[in-house]
Amino acid sequence: MANKQEKSSKSIGIVKKITGSKGFSSLAAALMAILLGLIFGFLVMLIARPGSAVPGIRYVTLGGLGRIGDVFYFATPILMTGLAVGFAFKMGLFNIGASGQYTMGMFFALYAVFMLDLPDGLSWVVAILAGFVGGMVWGAIPGIFKALMNVNEVITSIMFNYIGMYLVDMLVLKNAAMYNPAMTRTRYIPSGAQIPALGIHGSNVNFGIVFAIIIAVVLYIVLEKTTFGYELKATGFNKHASEYAGMKGKRNIILTMSIAGGLAGVGGAFAILAPSAIVGSSMTYEPINIIATAGFNGIAVALLGNAHPIGIIFSATFISHIQRGGTLASLVGYKPEIIDVVVAVIIYFSAFAMIMNTGLGKFVKKRIEKDKKDLEIKEGSE
Amino acid sequence: MDVVYYLVQNMLPVAMPLLLVALGGMFSERSGVINIALEGIMLFGAFFGALFVLSVQNSSIPPQWILLMGMTVAAISGLVYSLLLSFAAVNMKANQVITGTSLNMLIPALVLLFSKMSFNSDGITTNVNFYIREIPILGNIPIVGQLFFQRTYLTVMIGFIFLILSVFLLYKTRFGLRLRACGEHPHAADSVGINVYKMRYAGVSISGILAGMGGFFYSVGITDGNISGHTGVAGFGFLALAVMIFGQWQPLRIMLAALFFAFLRTLAYSVSLIPFLYRLGIDQNYYKMLPYVATMVVLALTSKKSRAPKAEGIPYDKSTR
Repeated sequence: MANKQEKSSKSIGIVKKITGSKGFSSLAAALMAILLGLIFGFLVMLIARPGSAVPGIRYVTLGGLGRIGDVFYFATPILMTGLAVGFAFKMGLFNIGASGQYTMGMFFALYAVFMLDLPDGLSWVVAILAGFVGGMVWGAIPGIFKALMNVNEVITSIMFNYIGMYLVDMLVLKNAAMYNPAMTRTRYIPSGAQIPALGIHGSNVNFGIVFAIIIAVVLYIVLEKTTFGYELKATGFNKHASEYAGMKGKRNIILTMSIAGGLAGVGGAFAILAPSAIVGSSMTYEPINIIATAGFNGIAVALLGNAHPIGIIFSATFISHIQRGGTLASLVGYKPEIIDVVVAVIIYFSAFAMIMNTGLGKFVKKRIEKDKKDLEIKEGSE
Repeated sequence: MDVVYYLVQNMLPVAMPLLLVALGGMFSERSGVINIALEGIMLFGAFFGALFVLSVQNSSIPPQWILLMGMTVAAISGLVYSLLLSFAAVNMKANQVITGTSLNMLIPALVLLFSKMSFNSDGITTNVNFYIREIPILGNIPIVGQLFFQRTYLTVMIGFIFLILSVFLLYKTRFGLRLRACGEHPHAADSVGINVYKMRYAGVSISGILAGMGGFFYSVGITDGNISGHTGVAGFGFLALAVMIFGQWQPLRIMLAALFFAFLRTLAYSVSLIPFLYRLGIDQNYYKMLPYVATMVVLALTSKKSRAPKAEGIPYDKSTR
């Protein structure tokens, strides 16, 4: 009997340790949001086409497993936009402009490929750097507006999503070297200027994902081990206190937004420089006045990953995974948009998941304490 | 003079969605909740409005009655959808900007999903003609009649009616006073017995009604009664937010701001009809960017002395002080 009690109190201790930790609570919150998102998606499928809802949701949740290469291929851009949103979020800035920065970065990368006559191998490296610059410019503007003129970065970023989209569409349409009127899309990038594939069978997954993961790790180090990272997080926790402690808030806002924009821009470069399914072809851009969805998916990725660079690697992979599943769900009559629905619901719930989670944590704690009490009462009665 | 008539006649139907939605945003923010979901609510309202129009367009109901009924449907659906924001912002104390963003993302996806699966298209296409060539009697007034009562939509008059109602509600009623108190200093409001949660629900719900209507007016006045999940309402919900900030959260100023933006947009889309601008030979895409660029310039100039409600965006928690 004594043995049993010891065992149970020990297990209670472990459970408490895990549930009490910060990492667990954000993971639990993310899992909760994902679960609710998938349930809602299932309900929508059930309403839209009741007969095939079960195979549909099976495709969504498990379909990506058979195409791991593609999952990572499509995870690359949203991993970058996720970092762009998450990095700014650490400072308390909501970078909703990742779409515009992504589009800008993509355009700069295209420009570097088509307009600068660079040798193979060097071309894509320069293009990625160009993408960083393009995104950086588009991220710096909201930063400057925020720091110097006190304009809310949310409104500025949204406006610059539109301005960037119209600007890029116009510049692409005017550029004969870049635009193929017959296909109403940009031309294929010469294979020497594409990011080399990793050579996984049946997929074009390329070095982009490797670079993206390296960038995420570097960001983690910057945030955790440098003065800049510390100042950034301090400003995010309490703007006034950090200002009082002598941190240069305005400079940091502009710097953070520039880096965030650059990250999204690199995402755009990774996306457009990637080889695509047809041999020798690449991804293309269609200038039809629509804002890139990669930026908004980046918000979901960043929130699910709790704005933590390493967490974002996993959340980007997950979102990409269900997106692949969503494409497969069209086999049973659904449209890929079902995933956008799921992602939106996930964001909705992750916005208040922390509160839900503290509620859940309290509930678990209460249960544990009650068990303990029951045990004690039992012991006492014996 | 013809150019002036043309611009005004085309500007007003564009201004109305902006006006209504910005007024909606004003009510929400005056109660203390940032409503960035206006874009999504607009599309939601427009979608159900268009769905209603589609279902009755072959009956013998006169077009203007269909418009009024569609407007009601859109308002109700906007109200229902805005409850999701109220719930998250008021009860769950969630981050209002993130919640709004998710609500904005949800609707285009649902509209596309539904339209692709049921109509095999990106949206809803209707064929009711809401256009009014000339309103009897009023249209005969010289100049004014030509400016406001010819080649127009019923939406213009409804928009102005709602503007007057909003001014009255915000400044002349007990409800308006209480609403404003909740956006400025919710704890003070609470201490004199005002239920802050209820007032915030009310503020967001009014914004839902106005944004739903505004969305429907967008589809009536700008896209010929059609609605597409791809282009949605083309950022009008966000522009309305800028209009609201430019209008300093005051109804009459908001009207002027809405007219200003609508003028810029109309100009952008009618460059080819204005000989002076056409001769300049500037790419039309620059004009398309104009409303957004103007927004930035205006915000940069006005944000320093912003009169935003003091407690906006901060979830109200009774236990903090």
